[in-house]
Amino acid sequence: MSAYEAIILTIITASTPLLLAAIGELVVERSGVLNLGIEGMMVMGAVSGFAMAQITGSAWVGILMAMVAGTAMSLLFAFMTQTLVTNQVATGLSITLLGLGLSGLIGSGFVGMPGIKLGYVSIPVLTDLPYVGKLVFGQDPLVYISLGLTVGVAYVLKRTRMGLIIRAVGQNHDSAHALGYSVIKVRYACIAFGGMTSGLAGAYLSLVYTPQWIENMTAGRGWIALALVVFSTWLPGRLAAGAYLFGGVWILGLYAQGMGMGIPSQLLSSLPYVATILALIVISTNRRLSVINTPASLGRGFVPDR
Amino acid sequence: MQLILEKRAQASRLMHFASPLLAITLTVLLGGVVFAAMGQPPLTALYIYFIDPLTNLWSIEEVLVKAAPLVLIGVGLSVTFRANVWNIGAEGQLTAGAILGAIIPIFFAEWQSPLAFVAMLALGMLGGALLAAIPAFLKIRFGVNEILTSLMLVYIAQLLLDWLVRGPWKDPHGYNFPKSVAFDGWHLIPMFGDGRVHLGLIIALVTALILYWVMHRTIKGFEVRVIGNAPRAGAFAGFSQTKMVWFCFLLSGGLAGLAGIIEVAGPIGQLQPNISPNYGFTAIIVAFLGRLNPIGVIFAGLLLAISYIGGEGVQIELGISDKTAQVFQGMLLFFILMCDTLIHYRVRLLKAKGGAQ
Repeated sequence: MSAYEAIILTIITASTPLLLAAIGELVVERSGVLNLGIEGMMVMGAVSGFAMAQITGSAWVGILMAMVAGTAMSLLFAFMTQTLVTNQVATGLSITLLGLGLSGLIGSGFVGMPGIKLGYVSIPVLTDLPYVGKLVFGQDPLVYISLGLTVGVAYVLKRTRMGLIIRAVGQNHDSAHALGYSVIKVRYACIAFGGMTSGLAGAYLSLVYTPQWIENMTAGRGWIALALVVFSTWLPGRLAAGAYLFGGVWILGLYAQGMGMGIPSQLLSSLPYVATILALIVISTNRRLSVINTPASLGRGFVPDR
Repeated sequence: MQLILEKRAQASRLMHFASPLLAITLTVLLGGVVFAAMGQPPLTALYIYFIDPLTNLWSIEEVLVKAAPLVLIGVGLSVTFRANVWNIGAEGQLTAGAILGAIIPIFFAEWQSPLAFVAMLALGMLGGALLAAIPAFLKIRFGVNEILTSLMLVYIAQLLLDWLVRGPWKDPHGYNFPKSVAFDGWHLIPMFGDGRVHLGLIIALVTALILYWVMHRTIKGFEVRVIGNAPRAGAFAGFSQTKMVWFCFLLSGGLAGLAGIIEVAGPIGQLQPNISPNYGFTAIIVAFLGRLNPIGVIFAGLLLAISYIGGEGVQIELGISDKTAQVFQGMLLFFILMCDTLIHYRVRLLKAKGGAQ
């Protein structure tokens, strides 16, 4: 494998968890809900995925478990914010705090264990093609799943009746309710989808990116995914581009550290966080773009009158 | 069966105060279940967790030491959240305060006078306020979401501290440990007696009382509540949303920074990579549990401080991961938000489907 292939491969690996978590949150926000609990759902996905893979010996069972764990956390969030109409910001934070604590507790017995790594896809002939073979046909399966999800979400939101309903609920929940759509049910479903992809993103970290369990191994990626959704102005295509851009920044920092150019490692480690702030500034200066696509009911609770 | 909410005509005063108690009860109950699930005797574990810390002088002192930063940060956040401004980067502001305040003991070690200590506190506040000014500025100038920016700055501030204590600020005679020089003399916070309780506790309590007075007896407090509850009404009354964002961030950031320098000048005594067991995040729970009311925050701060000591207790006595504390804290915030629904709504279970619709 040449150096350029290696760099692109690592960028894709660093971007995929961001994309997975962010594509779910994009749907959640399109339905008018702000779930700040991504970090917590993700870290729960990471730990339960790792634990289940250890117990069963299968990375795929781990991934399934991670999706269940992420969804379970998100349903807790949904119950709180949709059924009990609690403050979405505070509830999301509580999901994150709870997830970070609970994952530490669950994972305390798994620290330092050698992990199980999800294998790469291998298609005869295609994967062996020079230059592009490994990059296009030789990734791990979750990379393809993340891209498939992105295309699927873009299609559903833009071209289907379901997408129209989701957007209507997010734009104006009162009108959607008046039209006879169940705002709460739609939001429950979207939140659960977001939880599932966050769990998947967590599993990616503990079963592919660095196949082991480290406390707080999400390292703020859940928050960066949230920022990516804002950065994408709620458009899936732009989201994927943003995720790869950020994956690139992350890897750039790691590579520069490896080369030891005398730049403090902490400065390089802080690059993704600095880049997040800069990206948010850039996107916010273009108010027209943000205002057009921001779901109008974002973050507002809905209580049906009866 | 379906759960439905009925809006109360008036917010329930009773539930306003009963909700935190209910939340604490639920946390203790579920906590017992968690302990049982881990194969521990639930009652013994709960006793060690919640009661033991209050049974001897040593641990009571330790509770007070931990309560000081929680209350100090929590009161700032309570005002901020009241105004519907979301500063969740207090952990970073705490770090920034510790860094800036530490300039005096690290670079002016000779300057030994009470004034040096006051300067440290002032620099600490300045450090926290400066870091908090970034999300405030970005929100006002560009409309950038303050939740994300304030949180990103936590990671940046912690990495900056890490670099300083491993690099330029490392104690040259410290056997290469990532620590600054040990603070000394007037650069350490005055202690009470020969225990561990220090002046920071008084500072926290006085700050809480002052902010209580500000919130309930002055026009500024009224402004905070109006803007928080009804931004449009606030605008008609001539209250500036922009100034409110600045006020909240500078206040909560300054107090978090103050807590930071007090921590390093007190219980820790020097700069090191890790200076806070997530006080800045736990203070968010403190603010909510304390009803976003400065006096309530004092009690909430004490309770959360117990949760830290209790977590250490079960770790030592039962060999459970110290993460238990974080789980309890998360559960507590969860239940408090859940119970707060009862302030504005009555909850009913509808038996047959479609009856009321």
